[in-house]
Amino acid sequence: MASTAVAVGGALRQGRVRAFFLRWRSGDEVAHLLTLIFASTIILLTVLLVFELYRNSALARDKYGWQFLFTSTWDPVFEKFGALPFIFGTVVTSALGLLVAVPLGVGAAIFLAELAPPRISDALSFVIELLAAVPSVIYGLLAMFTLVPLLRNVVQPFLKKTLGFLPFFQGPNYGVGLLAAGLILAIMIVPFIISISREVLLAVPVEQREAALALGATRWESTWKVVVPFARAGILGSIFLAMARALGETMAVTMVIGNDPKITSSLFAPGYSIAAVIANEFTEATSDLYISALIELGLVLFILTFILNGLARLLILATQRKGTAQP
Amino acid sequence: MGVTMDQILLTPEAGEGRAEKSPTKPAAAVAAKLRVIDLNFYYGKAQALHSVSLDIAANRITALIGPSGCGKSTFLRSLNRMYETVRHARAEGQILLDNENTLDMDVSQLRRRVGMVFQKSNPFPKSIFDNVAYGLRVNGWKSKGTLQDAVESSLIRAALWDEVKDKLHKSAYALSGGQQQRLCIARALAVDPEVLLLDEPCSALDPIATAKIEELLFDLAKQCTIVIVTHNMQQAARVADFTGFFLTGKLIEFNDTAIIFEKPAKRETEDYITGRFG
Amino acid sequence: MNYRSVWRKSVNAVMFSLTGICALAVVSVLVFILGYLVWNGGRAINWDFFTKLPTPVGETGGGMANAIVGSAKLLLLAALVGVPVGFIGGVYLAEFGGKTFSFLVRYTTDLLNGVPSIVMGIFAYTMIVLPLQHFSTLAGGLALGVMMIPIAVRSTEEFLRAVPQSLREGALALGASRWKAVATVVIPAAFRGILTGIMLALARVAGETAPLLFTSFNNRFWSHGWDQPTASLPVMIFTYAIAPYDDWHRQAWAAGLVLLGLVLLANITARVVLGRKLSSAAG
Repeated sequence: MASTAVAVGGALRQGRVRAFFLRWRSGDEVAHLLTLIFASTIILLTVLLVFELYRNSALARDKYGWQFLFTSTWDPVFEKFGALPFIFGTVVTSALGLLVAVPLGVGAAIFLAELAPPRISDALSFVIELLAAVPSVIYGLLAMFTLVPLLRNVVQPFLKKTLGFLPFFQGPNYGVGLLAAGLILAIMIVPFIISISREVLLAVPVEQREAALALGATRWESTWKVVVPFARAGILGSIFLAMARALGETMAVTMVIGNDPKITSSLFAPGYSIAAVIANEFTEATSDLYISALIELGLVLFILTFILNGLARLLILATQRKGTAQP
Repeated sequence: MGVTMDQILLTPEAGEGRAEKSPTKPAAAVAAKLRVIDLNFYYGKAQALHSVSLDIAANRITALIGPSGCGKSTFLRSLNRMYETVRHARAEGQILLDNENTLDMDVSQLRRRVGMVFQKSNPFPKSIFDNVAYGLRVNGWKSKGTLQDAVESSLIRAALWDEVKDKLHKSAYALSGGQQQRLCIARALAVDPEVLLLDEPCSALDPIATAKIEELLFDLAKQCTIVIVTHNMQQAARVADFTGFFLTGKLIEFNDTAIIFEKPAKRETEDYITGRFG
Repeated sequence: MNYRSVWRKSVNAVMFSLTGICALAVVSVLVFILGYLVWNGGRAINWDFFTKLPTPVGETGGGMANAIVGSAKLLLLAALVGVPVGFIGGVYLAEFGGKTFSFLVRYTTDLLNGVPSIVMGIFAYTMIVLPLQHFSTLAGGLALGVMMIPIAVRSTEEFLRAVPQSLREGALALGASRWKAVATVVIPAAFRGILTGIMLALARVAGETAPLLFTSFNNRFWSHGWDQPTASLPVMIFTYAIAPYDDWHRQAWAAGLVLLGLVLLANITARVVLGRKLSSAAG
């Protein structure tokens, strides 16, 4: 008893223990603990999410293995499920979206960062950021009643007439299809490319521009040959980010893609994306295997976006470091 | 920025309230409020202060001078343990406040007894009243009557009462720079500290505001012990009873202000005073 | 030489004009969206829309009163989940965080932010719909709430960090303990920004459809309590838009206008209140 008291007394007299006791009494340790608990629920939720995706797709994973990714049949009736049509649709529409959005977005970002006077640049950027806030289902709504008819009646016939020798522009013309989905995706992801690219372009040190101009370059040459390459990593990062968003887009795509799990060479043809099939068929899924296959598709989508987002962050981080690097 | 000793000595003394400056009274004869014994300070592996020892006299004004980066601010901040917000900052040694080691005390208690005013005034985004009352509320004094009285008396001591008594509930940011700094002084005074630390309090202020604050310090010293870090040697000469000269983390010399400026014992002190560096 | 410089100058003019056209094209899309929605939705909005329930399939008339209330309930639940975790998590990162753990928290927050909304729906499905064996407002609220967390964390942390260190030091120097300094000085100083961030997070999840499709599902009547499926504005828009009835299309436009109006209002208010550009990466 006495020896414990002495030992405890000795410990208390030690600075660190006493300091801890004082911090505890002041409430700082409690506050630290409390905020830590809430912060750790974020980690907990994420782990839980991955775990649940993994667990609930077990049925399908066990049955199909890696072949799931390469099978192109999707037959709920006979319970044969393969992910390939959806991976194809997701990749094609996203690629198409990027094909349109990247030149448009980088171009607009260059305009806003290099040419537009600051106040106009800010005002326009704000308007473009508002575009990013428009819900996906509203893009879908608009696309259904404006873009699709436009494609069906004007654009696709035109493409067929002029570029019909290419396999992309052959086949029946419904309006809905891969092209429609790709275009609406382009509109949805362009604000992200613009706002991030604009930021990284603005962050390029003034000295870089001045050096080019002092050597006699025109504004455009200085921009295109010096500033843009300097911000290259950040712009690339914004593209990856946009790609990740495009892959995960559900509603607008579902409403205009045609919902047909086929792999074709024609952009006019209806297709299907991972997010779209989950959205459409989840509540119709009759068997456990069916649901499990859909959840496995969700897992595939999760992993794809995870990788892309990770790459994007690394690239954007790289530009930030570069911009503040001392010579 | 060369300043000759003549210039320092010929500078007219600011304020007539300087009743207690006794340049011939050596530091040891006045009771020490704070005794710093062999203080070593580290930021991680880098040592910022080397074996600093000095006594801060009670109810006197002590100034700390030295070139940028010499450790005078680090030293000041170790007196109220403000370094604890920095990771890997470590103080070793003893700092005795009336014979209690401050390094072991409850830090909130310490900071109530040893107050601080910062280089750039930092009033909270609250009303003038709430700024001054903050320290009281945070330390547990909440009764309305106590707060009213304490706020008023602190603002009076900080020579700000007349200027703000009609707008106590307006935002502190509506005040001018000099007024904000006096507000910060009032805020520090509200908890009735025994020691008041001032870290270059006038560096962001114009000469008139500076003069107001210097005048203030003489009055405050009657009830408080003042330690002021300043890069302005004329200010040290004007207000301080005792002055310490720091260089690269060491206390080179510490003595009556008059001796430091007229007959410094160390060559480094003389070099600094006469402007050969810094 | 003269020819070369003329060429370079024209390239300069042409390229920059092209970029200007790009910017104009993007901006005009927004103008088009707004205009079209106002035109079609405006014509369809009437008092019935806000007060009546949907009519039986095939009949015209009716409204989306249950969807409006449903969305409100979902947002309330989302806030209950997203705000505490997001706000306090942000406080942890900005004020108390240890080095490794903060990294982990930030990393998973970014991860959560990048999860496609449909996958979030799957998560809520496995967590709530499966055990309860039916669709519910709870499940939808959880999905939306978890989606809110990264946005709330990021903006809380950003605005807390923006509070100058001098304010914290001022509070500490007066004897406040660290948590008191944070609670009584730092958080109040960042309050406007944090509140705005939460409002934006709510606006963002208010428009989400995918996570609701198999969590809160849909309901043609009032949803009582929290454990029944409920109608919501985004899901109604989707359902009505893909259906073959013109009257439903009309109502979809009205709902779209209402939804977009609220979302834009929140975003514009945020901009006005804060008066500066918000972090673009938070989109």
